[in-house]
Amino acid sequence: MTDQPVEIHERRILGTELLWAFGVGVLIAATLSVIVFTALTRQINPPSNVERIDPKTLHLSGEFAEHNLGTTVGPDGRVTVRAIATQFMFVPRCIAVPLGRPVTLRFASPDVIHGLLITGTNVNTMVVPGFVSQVHTEFTRGESLLMPCHEYCGLGHSEMWATVQVMRDDQFKPGPDGRVSCAQR
Amino acid sequence: MRNVERLCLAHFWVAFAAFLVACILGTWQMWVRSPWGAHVGTPGQYFMSVTAHGVAMAYVLTTFFIMGFGYFVAVTALQRPLPGKIWAWGAFWMAIIGVVMVLITVLTGQASVLFTFYPPLTASPWFYIGLVLVVAGSWVWCVLMIVAMREWKRDNPGKPVPLAMFATVANAVMWLWTTVGVAVELVFQVIPASLGLVQTIDAGLARTLFSWTLHAIVYFWLIPAYIAFYTIIPRAAGGRLYSDTMGRVTFILFLVYSLPVGMHHLMMDPQHGNGWKFIQMLLTAFVSVPTLLTIFTITASLEIAGRLRGGRGVFGWIAKLPWDRPAVLATGLGFVMLGFGGFGGLINMGYGMNAMVHNTSWVTAHFHLIFGGSVVIMYFAIAYEIWPRLTGREHASLGPLRLQLWLWFIGMMVMTVPWHWLGLQGQWRRVANFNYADPIIAGWGPWVLVSLVGGFVLLASALLFVRNLAILHRSPLPVAPRPLYALAVHPPHRVPAALNGFGLWNVLVLVLMLLAYGYPIAQFVIEPSPAAMVHRVH
Repeated sequence: MTDQPVEIHERRILGTELLWAFGVGVLIAATLSVIVFTALTRQINPPSNVERIDPKTLHLSGEFAEHNLGTTVGPDGRVTVRAIATQFMFVPRCIAVPLGRPVTLRFASPDVIHGLLITGTNVNTMVVPGFVSQVHTEFTRGESLLMPCHEYCGLGHSEMWATVQVMRDDQFKPGPDGRVSCAQR
Repeated sequence: MRNVERLCLAHFWVAFAAFLVACILGTWQMWVRSPWGAHVGTPGQYFMSVTAHGVAMAYVLTTFFIMGFGYFVAVTALQRPLPGKIWAWGAFWMAIIGVVMVLITVLTGQASVLFTFYPPLTASPWFYIGLVLVVAGSWVWCVLMIVAMREWKRDNPGKPVPLAMFATVANAVMWLWTTVGVAVELVFQVIPASLGLVQTIDAGLARTLFSWTLHAIVYFWLIPAYIAFYTIIPRAAGGRLYSDTMGRVTFILFLVYSLPVGMHHLMMDPQHGNGWKFIQMLLTAFVSVPTLLTIFTITASLEIAGRLRGGRGVFGWIAKLPWDRPAVLATGLGFVMLGFGGFGGLINMGYGMNAMVHNTSWVTAHFHLIFGGSVVIMYFAIAYEIWPRLTGREHASLGPLRLQLWLWFIGMMVMTVPWHWLGLQGQWRRVANFNYADPIIAGWGPWVLVSLVGGFVLLASALLFVRNLAILHRSPLPVAPRPLYALAVHPPHRVPAALNGFGLWNVLVLVLMLLAYGYPIAQFVIEPSPAAMVHRVH
């Protein structure tokens, strides 16, 4: 029954396919290696700090109470920005950050899902009620940047954005309580 | 048989009517967002339009098209009557009732939650119940596909299931698996919330359950295009399928790998740890395998056709392909769009690079290119191939068909290339209008206008497509009988049981889902996240 040339031909087809599959495997392995390498050596990771917070009470007391929002320079010199994303604005509406220094951004939502990015930077996170979203970054260009809400949060979504003022050292002067605001510029 | 043709045509016409409406809405949305459309429309109208566009394209076009195509394949590939025709019609009408419910709630502004709905923002309960009816209709279709294959196997013991049907059932099995996530979210979280039975909702859990469905649903839409690549295109090009086995492997890989990857849509979310995102990123990389295998096999199949037509040399066969045939042209154009879109997808998959593009126009560009481009152009090709069989009439001229495909390709490229660029500039998604007075946004204006031109070209193509199909119903030319499905170079006589059914693969899917989603979902039970107040838009 078996036809000799047909069988050889079938085996040749299988051979080319296996060769291609091997190439595909190498390609994927190479891509993943690059991603893993940069993740490990340059700490390039998505924002994944699983930290719970009650959205119903977060603005009443604690970290996201009104007097804690905005930019704070800690005693150790660490810069932390806290903001609330709420229908349909960010509080505060302008965020002051230093140029070329590590910054930790922390966001929470009391109502629905929001998201944000800062144009021209790698800052990008979702803000899901129930969790604190945290991003570590460093701003490398001194200018005024846009920080829009990028997740649909209701009919007023398009009007929801903040600005980010990247300040040089001579502008970024914390007050006695360690706080910096855009108005100081 | 007449009844099955009516069944298929009913599904297809619902699908394409929704498609045309969605194209009109999409073009209007682009105009509103452009510098020319400032102050046109209110945000309320815009988000109503976005919701309608998304629901029509993603749920109505796809589900009805896939169901209609599945019935067609079951009858023509297996060459036996469709089991449970009454059930099929029942599912059709149930889905129609669902669509009407969705339509009414969207048009009355009670469901402006976009189509990838995320609580705590919730629409009218009728919106969700309508969607559940559409999905339930598709479940009936899944069962009918599985039954049809089982009956055929019972009567043809040991024979390989025809590839077109094998792939259709792979899609049905995958769809049953993947809709579990969104069904659980809707039934246990969203519908009780929208009905007012509960006042709070776990937003992180809802997003996680939706992500379960979120990526595999795209493969549900995509598989018909791949069925065409493997089983229709080689014949349309005048050649043979290079390898039947590769086709089976591809569809099995789609089933296995498209499910445990949905969390890559949540890479920028705060409710999952780094490790789980990392695992799903790795698994996402494997989803490219079936596509890369397909590119090889289909290119090889087309090469056979080109050489049979006298093509010589390494690339000479490409010019010899019958590009005047719509199915071949659509495949060529679809591959180009798949290439660009796939490249963008690899960027999205990249664990760190995703931060640059998440929720920007880049993502919109990516899925319009992959789904709207390469998948929908194959829907066109399938419709052009099988419409004559459904109506018994022949296309009078292929010119308008080719023009329509070219317009779709050009429109899609002109629209999405600027979107990619704007995404890299940080243009965010899902807003009703842009303030072009802002210095950062002002520079985007020209790019937005170029993409708007692409939108108009797409709209012209959509109108031409519906016209091409409509006039075929009145064409005086009777159809000449010819086979539709491609033969393999070596048609299989026997295949291993693993390549002829899905039992083994279902077990593997279960294991991978437990690995990828076990803890990420269990964490919401172990340590419930604080619930959010439900926000109703109705």
